[in-house]
Amino acid sequence: MRGGGWRLAVFCFVLGFVLNLVGIVGHVVVSSFARRWFATPLPPDWTTAWYAYSWREFQLPQILTVTVVVAGSVTALALLLGFPAAWALARRDIRAKGALLLLYFLPLLIPQMTYGIPLATTLYRYHIGGTIVGVILANLVPMLPLAIFILLPFFEQISVNLEWAARVHGASRFQVFRRVVLPLAVPGLLTAGLLILVTTVANFELTFLLSGAGSQTLVVALYYAVFAAGMRPIYSVDAMAVIYMAIVLAILLVALRFVRPTQMVFRLDRG
Amino acid sequence: MRTEAAAAAAPLAKVRPARRLEGAGPALLVPSALYVLVMFVYPFCYGVYLSLRPGKGEGGLSVANYLAFFLDPWQARTIWVTLSLAVPNTVLTVLLALTVAYVMRRGIWLERTITTLLVLPIALGTVLVAEGINGFYGPKGWLNQLLLMAGLPDPIRLTHNYTGVMIALFVQHFPFCFLMLLGYISGIDPALEHAARVLGARPWDVFRRVLWPLIAPGAAIAFALVFVMNFGVFPSAVLVGQPAGATRTIAIAAYQQAFEHYDMSMASAIAVIMGAGQLVGLIIVLLLRGRLAATGVATMGAGKR
Repeated sequence: MRGGGWRLAVFCFVLGFVLNLVGIVGHVVVSSFARRWFATPLPPDWTTAWYAYSWREFQLPQILTVTVVVAGSVTALALLLGFPAAWALARRDIRAKGALLLLYFLPLLIPQMTYGIPLATTLYRYHIGGTIVGVILANLVPMLPLAIFILLPFFEQISVNLEWAARVHGASRFQVFRRVVLPLAVPGLLTAGLLILVTTVANFELTFLLSGAGSQTLVVALYYAVFAAGMRPIYSVDAMAVIYMAIVLAILLVALRFVRPTQMVFRLDRG
Repeated sequence: MRTEAAAAAAPLAKVRPARRLEGAGPALLVPSALYVLVMFVYPFCYGVYLSLRPGKGEGGLSVANYLAFFLDPWQARTIWVTLSLAVPNTVLTVLLALTVAYVMRRGIWLERTITTLLVLPIALGTVLVAEGINGFYGPKGWLNQLLLMAGLPDPIRLTHNYTGVMIALFVQHFPFCFLMLLGYISGIDPALEHAARVLGARPWDVFRRVLWPLIAPGAAIAFALVFVMNFGVFPSAVLVGQPAGATRTIAIAAYQQAFEHYDMSMASAIAVIMGAGQLVGLIIVLLLRGRLAATGVATMGAGKR
């Protein structure tokens, strides 16, 4: 049957792509544990020494601190500013809703290199560029809209009647928020928070353009290490890459308990 | 008042739930909208203005930066380099993603595992994927070892050139595009396809006459998104490419102006040109989409995913 042939071909292609991914990731992991490795399927000698080397030489304690501070602040601020906006968009007849959604959508649509350069120019002019604050403010530009777009469908699902019922039974507006709205919003906040956390840790371009000597996140430090290949043993660069990978995967594993893989990308039907 | 009048006029089934009347709704939107305006729209406008004031800012507005860019072959060439990466890669990515998503629209063996694994390159980001590609596809990597064992005389150069960037972009954007299209295609009501089959349509006719008109608008958007991302390629072009030559894309040119020559005016001009290139691509696709969508007749069903 022709249909069966197509399915088999597609399955083989996907399998090949997944194997290729495993190869790409696996090569980094194996290399980070190799004492020396040249053109053999596996290295002859194994060691964990590159992790200690990497930890020391790349100043990982400081870089990890910056990464945690940046990712944490961006997530908290994006949720804090995005929550009321998504709530208002889901609950009220906003006059210029289309225009507002477009405004929020643009930072997600336009690649970061395109608006990152004018943004960096502006922030450096006010001496915010190169600092951790600058990195946080810049990352918030795409992450705030991301928070809004993740929260919006969650809020649209919550029935307005629940709020009405609480009001009818004498709850104050603060009580409605505290006892009804907030508990119902928890799944949305959790999903948005985890996705923003993992995206911020892995977000390269804006962080790269805005970070100075003391405000590099792990992914930017990794870029410089790969860029300056030959300055340090490749095994130590790969050790840093594995540390980065472990952090992203840890957040991703938690996130995937709440999020379907197809939710990790744009939803086409909304556009 | 408007809500009540509308509710009275609408058929009962279409009455929207009453909105809360009290409180200041738009006020809740002010902080976030203001943030995007100040940190996104303002810098963008400032960048356009800066690009029109070359040198140290004396004198009036001038297009000297743009002229300098287009008249300098070393700079103008980056547009061609970027297009020669972005266009073939976008076509390949979307075609393959579309095929795989279409065939997988009613589920496939190990689907959840596969889609979860495909999220990896999206989550890990370009820098890690680039480093992995340099190892795996490199002259001493596993792939070349395999090819040598299979009888090839010399390792093939797959990294630090055009091919390397193509691989990196594909590894990054295929899963992205595929997951987008899978979510979209599997949201189409299966009853439409079923009805067509019952009425005797062959698989090709089902695709061509029933499903393609429904898929086309989504595929066009996916194409536009992938093209825009490809056109702004930076880390892959540096790390797996040849940033001083064959893969010196327009983003690299803009970065070098800003952070190596500290000419923010020229850098802004290049960023504006990059944005214009992305806009042109977007407009072309959206115009084509308008024509495609005009042929769509059936409606969308409730999404499975």
